[in-house]
Amino acid sequence: MDVRLSAEQQALRDSAARAAARLGPSTVADLDDQQRAAALDAVIGSAGWRELRAAADAEASAGSPPLASAVEVALVAEELARGLADAPFLGPTLAAELRRRAGVAAGSVAETVLFLDDLSGPATMDATALPGEADGHPVTPAGVAVDARYAPAALALVATAEGALLASVPLGEPARRGDLTRPFGFPAAGAGPALVPGARPLDPDDLGAWTALGLALTCAELVGAMRGAVRLAREYATARRQYGRLIGSFQAVQHLLADAHVATEGARSIALHAAWAADALPPGAALAACAAAKAYCARAARGVCETAIQVHGGIGNTWECLAHVYLRRAIVSADVLGGVGPSLQRVLEHKGIGDLTRGLR
Amino acid sequence: MDFGDSPAEASFRGRLRGWLAGHNPGLPASPTSDEYWAGQAAWHQALYDAGFFGLSWSSEIGGRGLPAVYEVILDEELVRAGAPPRPGIGYLVQGIVRHGDEQVRRRFLPGLVSGRERWCQGFSEPDAGSDLAALRTRATRDGDEYLISGHKIWTSYSDEADWCLVLARTDPDAPRHKGISAFIVSMHQPGVEQRPLPMINGVTREFGQVSFDDARVPAASMVGAPGEGWRLAMTVVSHEREPGELGYVARYAKVVNGLVARVREQPARRSPEDLRDLAWAVVETEMLRLHVCRRLSDRLDGVSHGPEGSVDKLLMTATDQAVGHAALAIGRTSHAVADETDLNVYLYSRAQSVMGGTSQIQRTLVATRILGLPAE
Repeated sequence: MDVRLSAEQQALRDSAARAAARLGPSTVADLDDQQRAAALDAVIGSAGWRELRAAADAEASAGSPPLASAVEVALVAEELARGLADAPFLGPTLAAELRRRAGVAAGSVAETVLFLDDLSGPATMDATALPGEADGHPVTPAGVAVDARYAPAALALVATAEGALLASVPLGEPARRGDLTRPFGFPAAGAGPALVPGARPLDPDDLGAWTALGLALTCAELVGAMRGAVRLAREYATARRQYGRLIGSFQAVQHLLADAHVATEGARSIALHAAWAADALPPGAALAACAAAKAYCARAARGVCETAIQVHGGIGNTWECLAHVYLRRAIVSADVLGGVGPSLQRVLEHKGIGDLTRGLR
Repeated sequence: MDFGDSPAEASFRGRLRGWLAGHNPGLPASPTSDEYWAGQAAWHQALYDAGFFGLSWSSEIGGRGLPAVYEVILDEELVRAGAPPRPGIGYLVQGIVRHGDEQVRRRFLPGLVSGRERWCQGFSEPDAGSDLAALRTRATRDGDEYLISGHKIWTSYSDEADWCLVLARTDPDAPRHKGISAFIVSMHQPGVEQRPLPMINGVTREFGQVSFDDARVPAASMVGAPGEGWRLAMTVVSHEREPGELGYVARYAKVVNGLVARVREQPARRSPEDLRDLAWAVVETEMLRLHVCRRLSDRLDGVSHGPEGSVDKLLMTATDQAVGHAALAIGRTSHAVADETDLNVYLYSRAQSVMGGTSQIQRTLVATRILGLPAE
């Protein structure tokens, strides 16, 4: 066991951090600067970070290994979240993972994944939703596509007796709701889903491993959001004066920030393991490890981002303070593939006491 | 970046697993009963004699000279076997290694590491708890010896101990942090009286108070130079805050596994809230195990953690108390009708946010030493 990052991993982390620091938003007003956002998107695109989970060998068959392990992808996800990067990453990475497992070539740039309305899992249709199966009219599927800026389409699952097939769902204009850095996409009215040609059906192990990867990446994002929020609050506490003193000298404020830092460190440790486990452990154990991490990180991130708002006082409750941008992003990262409740349930299921826990959700 | 075993680690794990299969003494999970304390010395010696204790300490002091991450393997295998946790004496060892001279190290470390000699730590006093530098125990030079007089309290293992690492004031005129020295004092002498201090969970064998009334200690048993006691104390308490040094992960995991097994066997009457407490205990324990992996891996670079020990202590406390809450929730019926083990696990967990420095002290250290916030 040696859980230090390799030199290559540190270099990757550093370049993701540099990109986010240089081109990510440094104020809330920056979020409206489309030129800056496009420049960030271009840097991420040319770095190839969105294709890290594509098959290393483009000609390879279904399930051939990815270009990079989940650890590398998680490092990028963490740094982009820490810098509030408003360019697609999570969605395209999860779409690439589905395509790799199904043995089909990459889709459109920025292709993402369609989720259930509560984001707790991928949208799954039955085969009658496909055109030609019923009366020939396209059926607009339900669901919401995450991280959908620039995304023309999202992958959804179609349940069949052989396993889950991939379908591509055209998306309409993305809408900024909740998370200010990553708009949601919605299926375009009147344009039905189309099966992805040549896709191998995905079995429960494929979907379990894909879910584990998604949990690990959202954990990394939550760690990034926490680190960013703690730094923001720490800077404010060492600049703002009340009663003639820096507010960071008051023990009450110090203890809030100390708790936030401690929660962040615990989350880093368990999230790092989740990223390793997503590839290194068999699907059941990987899912359990990633679910434990997700429960921990989701709870911690909400508390840490709330602390960042509290430390900012009145300013923290205004739109112009970046603290709520971290909180909003963390809420979506927490919900994708299930937050605290569903993750605790997965943890207990893995311990063999799942049938008792329906009340947990 | 790899949480898996190297070939050498896997082979060590295999040997350890084989040994544990035949040598588990089957003691209770944790310091929640006097039975645990009665069997702890023999367990320590058995682990040591088999080559499975002091893994990351140098061979000169009776250790095995292995990388620190082997301690994680030991903890994991103890849990897997349902064996008792390893004795947590690392903070004393680190203090003596760092500050003791050659003679002190050679005389005292082998007995401490092997478990042949039992130790306690005489730091806190009735009026010197969080404010340790307020301690008043005096050490007065008398020829080749010092005479120790004073009152120590909240002294873990004082009833078992052969030796006490005592902080005492040797220079009453020096600034309060500077006039303190550390001594290794024999508990077996007329000037030492120890009385048990029953804890809130009813355990009488862990906690005590010790009176020193002109107790004698050779001057050669001073650890470090005169006036070095405060620095030694800081070394000891910083390691006392590290779960990797204490091996507590194994204790928590053993308790949690027991609770999980009981719920699996007796599924009736578990409320969602109680199951939620259990799930959090599983998650927190896993977090702490992985956090220790991360910290001990950093030591491969020779990184030694300073104020980060306070972060670890707070994470360990959160885990301990989450496990306590799970024991309280899952044991809800058993302590009314069967025994009070679960209740006692819970009650013992309240001590974790006090021992080794309160959580409030740790938070202030994190804020000022790590986050760089201005002192109050």
